[in-house]
Amino acid sequence: MSPTTLMLVLLGLSTVGYYIGRRQAFAVAGPTRKVQELHSRPTYYGALTALWCGIPALLLYSFWLAGEDTVIIQLLVAQLPENIRTLPDVELKLLLNNIRNLVSGNIVSGEIDATQRAAADHYRSLKATSQAALAVVTISTTILATLLVRSRIKATLRARNHVEEIIKYVLIACSTIAIFTTIGIVLSVLYEAIRFFQVIPVTEFLFGLEWSPQMAIRSDQVGSSGAFGAVPVFLGTLLISAIAMVVAVPIGLMSAIYLSEYASLRFRSYAKPLIEILAGIPTVVYGFFAALTVAPFIRETGTVLGLDVSSESALAAGLVMGIMIIPFVSSLSDDFINAVPQSLRDGAYSLGATQSETTKQVILPAALPGIIGGVLLAVSRAIGETMIVVMAAGLSANLTINPLKTVTTVTVQIVTLLVGDQEFDSPKTLAAFALGLLLFFVTLILNVIALYVVRKYREQYE
Amino acid sequence: MEIEDGRVLVSRENRKTVGDIIVDNPRMTCRNVDVYYDDKHAIKDVSIDIGNNEVLSMIGPSGCGKSTFIRCLNRMNDTIDNCRVTGDIVMDNVNIYDKNIDVVPLRAQVGMVFQKPNPFPKSIYDNIAYGPKIHGLAANNAELDAIVETSLIKAGLWDEVKDRLGQPGTGLSGGQQQRLCIARTIAVSPEVILMDEPCSALDPIATAVIEDLITELKTQYSIVIVTHSMQQAARVSQRTAYFHLGDLIEVGPTERIFTKPRHQLTQDYITGRFG
Repeated sequence: MSPTTLMLVLLGLSTVGYYIGRRQAFAVAGPTRKVQELHSRPTYYGALTALWCGIPALLLYSFWLAGEDTVIIQLLVAQLPENIRTLPDVELKLLLNNIRNLVSGNIVSGEIDATQRAAADHYRSLKATSQAALAVVTISTTILATLLVRSRIKATLRARNHVEEIIKYVLIACSTIAIFTTIGIVLSVLYEAIRFFQVIPVTEFLFGLEWSPQMAIRSDQVGSSGAFGAVPVFLGTLLISAIAMVVAVPIGLMSAIYLSEYASLRFRSYAKPLIEILAGIPTVVYGFFAALTVAPFIRETGTVLGLDVSSESALAAGLVMGIMIIPFVSSLSDDFINAVPQSLRDGAYSLGATQSETTKQVILPAALPGIIGGVLLAVSRAIGETMIVVMAAGLSANLTINPLKTVTTVTVQIVTLLVGDQEFDSPKTLAAFALGLLLFFVTLILNVIALYVVRKYREQYE
Repeated sequence: MEIEDGRVLVSRENRKTVGDIIVDNPRMTCRNVDVYYDDKHAIKDVSIDIGNNEVLSMIGPSGCGKSTFIRCLNRMNDTIDNCRVTGDIVMDNVNIYDKNIDVVPLRAQVGMVFQKPNPFPKSIYDNIAYGPKIHGLAANNAELDAIVETSLIKAGLWDEVKDRLGQPGTGLSGGQQQRLCIARTIAVSPEVILMDEPCSALDPIATAVIEDLITELKTQYSIVIVTHSMQQAARVSQRTAYFHLGDLIEVGPTERIFTKPRHQLTQDYITGRFG
């Protein structure tokens, strides 16, 4: 029985368990069907049976599959002739890989001798035994569990409480998945980054002023020297993000002020969703808008004004990114401005403050912590944005703060370093992970600050 | 229908205002004021004078239009989108609802204190200084300091806060916050102060302090106070107006309203009997 079929069978059995449990509950209640005398509703007895029937078997199933290969390989190696078993580790691995390929019918490297063929057959038989054993063990576990629970169904069994307890643990498991994924991502990036820092010193990476990620394959190769200073790349990210924020914060904030303080309800009900559409446009579309429309426009305007503008300028990418971020700023600011109690507006108006005085001096200061939180979230979004800058910003890591020149960003560099076939033992590729790690920390810190500020704001009015 | 002391009460069906709507030397005169929220007729043909240096209290069941009416007196209803006001409200021979009237000086002239204390999330000092600043009442910082001090003294809060003017106004107790709001209103030197249930969120001791304050302020300002407490109306006001479902039913000296009402509805309300 293949693992997939077995899985379906187990789920099927679990469903059957539900009906068995429910029927047993009705049976226990007696022929007069006094179900009110049971501790829980019959469906809970069914659910309890199904859960006990399914969960242990599924746990067993997943552990078995996770450990199966290691055990089989060990058994296989033990069976191999003495001269092969004592081969160096690397060669043994190659041999085992060959055997595996032979089993699954893939292309095999090198000659196949009788020993390998025999080993492959042995592997195949071990695998078959393992799957059969798994099927027997799990199915019998299910059946045993079902029978056990069925025999324990009594009017006093607190099935509802048990089911709710189990559901609680399932929910806990689900919520920890997100946390463990984050930890997993950090660890995988960290691991590669550490390998990078074994070749390139951390100080050179953090403070080096030149970025030219290449590594010689042979020592006498032309252009073999590489430079891994992240400063120009981060400066590029900062420049583009700063341009984006210069566009997004005033426009977003002012449109939020107009929508929440000045606009009529009718206008607001149309305008707000329209602004939020900006957030729904795929970033790749923004990307070619930036590359094909905005960048040439800026270059031509620059030519008219007698400025020297690169065809892929930081300004173009920053402007378009700023437009993309407007809804973040405006939507969050609008929420926070609306959350300012009406009584504060009344207080200011009753003192004879005009609408703009009220907005500037009372509403905005009251909403400011929330607005700052929103802006910081937008900043971390801008720093992490990839598609627009890949298409509209350049690839050359210039150490400049001139927005008319080409710059490159962290995300662009990560993309270019990892696109295509790469060798994963070269610092050139590993540099991507170091950049990723640094970027992750920067956005993490911004997010933490943003969440802290937003939470502090909430305490003020509740 | 006649009751024991020979008075004849106006019947419940008659919604014409009884009593003395006119006073000598009025500060504001309201004539035939109607207020609509969309189609809802919230205030129906109300005419009343607001006298100089008197406390006029407005009582009546919830939803009778007291708050709506006093919000007309400084055009706070302008901030409500679907609200429409007709009729004449005259102050210093000018109809405050005239097209060319600017609400900003009007609201400085007719200040307002709200049901729930609403200090700005600023320091105590800045709460008071805000109004004088936007109206340019102080030429320099020393004058501003003086305005803040006199306002707080008038509101009876100076001794409690003089050492912590830089602390946030929201950190004060409820009663102190309400006196802060009164001080804030006084700071722009209004002539009329509107109070919309100023004590409904306060405990009895804080309420007593505010009531004493109202009695004191009366010497300099005209005060209109909306209240749900008939005892409060009896304690602080010289004239009382009774509203019922948007109609002004009866106006008169407070003592007469509470002892010898002329309208059946007023009698029902002050004796705690409805219908």
